[in-house]
Amino acid sequence: MKRPQLIRPALLEARNITRLYGPKQGCEEIDFTLHQGEVLGIVGESGSGKSTLLRVLSGLEKPDNGQVIYHRSEPSFSELTGTDLTSPELTSPEPAHTGLGGAEGALDLYAISEARRRALLRMEWGLVHQNPRDGLRLGVSAGANVSERLMALGQRHYGNLRAASQDWMGRVELDPRRIDDAPRTFSGGMQQRLQIARTLVTEPRLVFMDEPTGGLDVSVQARLLDMLRTLTRQLGLSVILVTHDLAVARLLAHRLMVMRQGRVVEAGLTDQILDDPQHDYTQLLVSSVLTP
Amino acid sequence: MTAIRQPFLSASALDKSFVLHAQSGQQLDVMRGLELRLMPGECLVLAGRSGIGKSTLLKMVNGNYRVSAGRLTLHFEDGELELSNLPAQAWHVLRRDVIGYVSQFLRVVPRVSARQVVMEPLLSQGVAQDEACRRAEALLARLNLPKRLWDLAPGTFSGGEQQRVNIARGFIAEHPLLLLDEPTASLDSANRDVVVELIQEAKARGTAMLGIFHDEDVRERVADRQLPLEAHMLSAGDASTAVNNDTQESPR
Ligand SMILES: Nc1ncnc2c1ncn2[C@@H]1O[C@H](COP(=O)(O)OP(=O)(O)OP(=O)(O)O)[C@@H](O)[C@H]1O
Ligand SMILES: Nc1ncnc2c1ncn2[C@@H]1O[C@H](COP(=O)(O)OP(=O)(O)OP(=O)(O)O)[C@@H](O)[C@H]1O
Ligand SMILES: [Mg+2]
Ligand SMILES: [Mg+2]
Repeated sequence: MKRPQLIRPALLEARNITRLYGPKQGCEEIDFTLHQGEVLGIVGESGSGKSTLLRVLSGLEKPDNGQVIYHRSEPSFSELTGTDLTSPELTSPEPAHTGLGGAEGALDLYAISEARRRALLRMEWGLVHQNPRDGLRLGVSAGANVSERLMALGQRHYGNLRAASQDWMGRVELDPRRIDDAPRTFSGGMQQRLQIARTLVTEPRLVFMDEPTGGLDVSVQARLLDMLRTLTRQLGLSVILVTHDLAVARLLAHRLMVMRQGRVVEAGLTDQILDDPQHDYTQLLVSSVLTP
Repeated sequence: MTAIRQPFLSASALDKSFVLHAQSGQQLDVMRGLELRLMPGECLVLAGRSGIGKSTLLKMVNGNYRVSAGRLTLHFEDGELELSNLPAQAWHVLRRDVIGYVSQFLRVVPRVSARQVVMEPLLSQGVAQDEACRRAEALLARLNLPKRLWDLAPGTFSGGEQQRVNIARGFIAEHPLLLLDEPTASLDSANRDVVVELIQEAKARGTAMLGIFHDEDVRERVADRQLPLEAHMLSAGDASTAVNNDTQESPR
């Protein structure tokens, strides 16, 4: 047997990121590379800086220091479907010092314009909030929630949008007949699935999730986890997932970063972190749950 | 006729210890100076008393446990791959395409059906849904798992039923290296026979296997050689025996 191709291209790089609100409050000197198709879990106790780091990575909060580099190499969904290829927001020339004008190559997330950063988040990335109400538009129907990002990519055909919404409602196991119902008539677990459909409908290249199964009861959680596992495999998604639940991390993440007081104390293959933790804090974390 | 056969997996001067921080940093030395060569088409059986480190070795090869020192190497046609310092992302590919692992117990994922559990390794290799399904059903049938269980999540299955799902999942993708941790422990003799057949067939395909079998009869039927691990325990002041190599593998 020939040696398989082991290394996949880099998608997102965190270079020495620091964002502190106070001593040890926030995240400090974070360095890692996320590769295409990889699910990276960020675990750690409450207040360790997981959500802060995710906000910085996903373009929502500028770090005090460091860079987030996004490698934009292959054509994205929006490009493949021919929608909005030349969105002025994404292709507008950048100041010369970034050297990253145009739509290709490595983007320095906080060196590009705010408008362009927002466009990136809307067109190529997806963000799943812990609280579905933060990610949904509660005033409009379920169907409109799902199709909104497609419309942002320039799709206008009503019948297609409706069909896509129904298809995605089915994929997240929501009854497509409820397409015209408002999200507030859905249960918490259903809202979370709707948020996931809304996020994934454009088949984003990179998805950020902050405790996607938090606040749900156990059986609903199991269903959501199963769905996320299947979707990440089917779509080949790259994901950065924040969770404090090691069992969730084991099921979904290929690789883990363990945070404590704003710093990464240990990182590596998920099984290795959970079965053979090296750092004393990780050992404590792992030994304090029943079966991670 | 002196073709030098190359092993698919080798270990050299392999050490494993655990540092237990909760016990004031106490170091637990489990393995010292292990040597092994595993050929394609060979089943090498790990032997030794409970707690000697058999499962630990399999977990090191599967990447669950870190290598403390020494070398653990895969030998491909076009070169070697050292496992002891592999970046995490490389393991994703190895586990998909190269290393199959039947753990002692099935890790149950809520809500995922037995059939789906078995199909997953094929799906992740890009095999089409219907073919994966067909092959999964064929294996489950061979292992005599009642049809009515195929659509259910294994959480409520008996130990032996869960283990058969686990075995099917481990064998389905026909990885060139298979790690077997007591796959027959909770099976009746009819199903043990099926597993022995599966192992024989894997050997015929050239699969290299590293296995642990409590059952004497099964061990006799599948083992090409045995590797007693006692010699690689860190026994006080006896470092000389620990660095011996292949001579400690006894032919059957
Ligand atoms: N906007 C803010 N202003 C001031 N302090 C903040 C802000 N956001 C977070 N912090 C502080 O930074 C630290 C890290 O918070 P963060 O929300 O990143 O933690 P977390 O790991 O996500 O915790 P949890 O698991 O509870 O969600 C905390 O001490 C928090 O109080
Ligand atoms: N993650 C771990 N952390 C600390 N010690 C461990 C860990 N895993 C294994 N050990 C220790 O390593 C030694 C070898 O364990 P291992 O499970 O490999 O034994 P085994 O030979 O498979 O035994 P059995 O036949 O009972 O399954 C034991 O002393 C065990 O306590
Ligand atoms: Mg948080
Ligand atoms: Mg064991």
